[in-house]
Amino acid sequence: MEWVSTIIQGVLLGGLYALFATGLSLIFGVMRLVNIAHGDLIVLAAFVSLAVVSGLGLDPLMSLVIVIPVMAAFGYILQRGLLNYTLGNNILPPLLVTFGLSIILENVLLEIFSADSQRLLAGGLETASLALPGGLAVGTFPVMIFVSAVAVIACLQFMLYRTALGRVFRATSDDQQTAQLMGIDNRHVFALAMAVALAIVAVAGVFMAIRTNFDPSVGPARLIYAFEAVIIGGLGNPWGTLAGGVILGVSQAIGAKINPGWQILAGHIVFLVVLVVRPRGLFEKVQDL
Amino acid sequence: MSLLQTRSLEAFYGDFQALFGIDMTVEAGETVAIIGANGAGKSTFLKALCGLMPGLNGEVRFDGLELGDLTAHAIVRLGLALVPEGRKLFQSLSVEENLLIGAHTKRPGPWTLETVYGLFPMLHQRRHAPGTDLSGGQQQMVAIGRALMSNPKLLLCDELSLGLAPVVIKDIYEVLPEISAQGSTVIIVEQDINQAMAVSDKLYCLQEGRVTLQGHPDSVTRDQITQAYFGMEQA
Repeated sequence: MEWVSTIIQGVLLGGLYALFATGLSLIFGVMRLVNIAHGDLIVLAAFVSLAVVSGLGLDPLMSLVIVIPVMAAFGYILQRGLLNYTLGNNILPPLLVTFGLSIILENVLLEIFSADSQRLLAGGLETASLALPGGLAVGTFPVMIFVSAVAVIACLQFMLYRTALGRVFRATSDDQQTAQLMGIDNRHVFALAMAVALAIVAVAGVFMAIRTNFDPSVGPARLIYAFEAVIIGGLGNPWGTLAGGVILGVSQAIGAKINPGWQILAGHIVFLVVLVVRPRGLFEKVQDL
Repeated sequence: MSLLQTRSLEAFYGDFQALFGIDMTVEAGETVAIIGANGAGKSTFLKALCGLMPGLNGEVRFDGLELGDLTAHAIVRLGLALVPEGRKLFQSLSVEENLLIGAHTKRPGPWTLETVYGLFPMLHQRRHAPGTDLSGGQQQMVAIGRALMSNPKLLLCDELSLGLAPVVIKDIYEVLPEISAQGSTVIIVEQDINQAMAVSDKLYCLQEGRVTLQGHPDSVTRDQITQAYFGMEQA
């Protein structure tokens, strides 16, 4: 029974990893941009939420009403004002610029909020639990995160495949030059994609901040988890990303169960095994995005 | 006023000059054919009109506007659409989605999903299939339909016959008069000279980036075309 509980905890943790990964996957799919600053943007969202919570006295979950639009607007401006200029035939400029952005974000946060470890308090939600049959109990908040991850991915999937905006994203992903011949302004489309990605990042950042301690330096580790979830699940497949997150979460939970020091290591090992056995991910789609 | 006028148009791929001073005039309602061998600059000329060739010299006036450094997506909004060489359908979009994305500019006009399906009934049957599952001829129909969905004043068709069976080419060319009748001016680029001469009101022949012959298809002779096309010296 203890093992069942471990696996359930791992699955729920996977929901958070899927949230970390979804924005990263969307951006890569639409504009082939590998965003090294993705983890730091998650941490930025957490700090924006912290500022909103302490400034306005809002509940952390309520702060999403402000954090989501703020991050989306930041994403649009960031893409329009900076990242669009790095895109071209060369993969190196976007890597270097987002790496630089990662360092800048980390240091700005350090300057403003110090290196102290922070936590958002959600009024007992963090410790609330639900009883399951068989004497098991799961945390209410991890369940909320997982349900949110499923909801976010379902919305993204709907947007991509059932709306005009999604059609524009997919067309641009297929062939940028021909998309321009349809009257599509790439720069605007990329900025919209980044706005959507950072709206998802906002959700991920606030959930992370309620679930665990965070400080300005934890971004790169979130980036690694996001990468691993995306690659395990297969690029360009939102549901695959959820599965990738779950596999990563379960691996870590099992690793921690065997030996508390093995949590992170177990996740990385499973990732490496997948990379060796199925380099294009477990649920690769035939076409990108 | 002419619908399209280029003056001394020059285009480059890096250091390589692909077009040398192209002067061309297209009146509204005309069908103009541009012929020439591989590498003559035909496709480059169409790309230049669409804003896909950075660093142009010379002048392009479309519908009274100097296109200058306008971007490709801005030019489409003015009513210029390209059926690109090799179709270039969006591979992750269905037939219908490919057509709908063509209407992204929301320009009003006669062409809608219904009228495009009327023009190519075959596409209606296959509207939910991925665009790339279709035969070459059907893909060409999607590419034409997609361009028409922007209700262009000027439709540019690049190598419609490329890689298609003769019977399919005939089907595709049969719809051109219908497109003209709906008010679009058409420029076709072709290697198939007979096809081009049959449908056009005016003929331009390009060779190594220069116009070597122009005139009404009935007024030019086979010999003139051969010389203009292959660059054989006149005796």
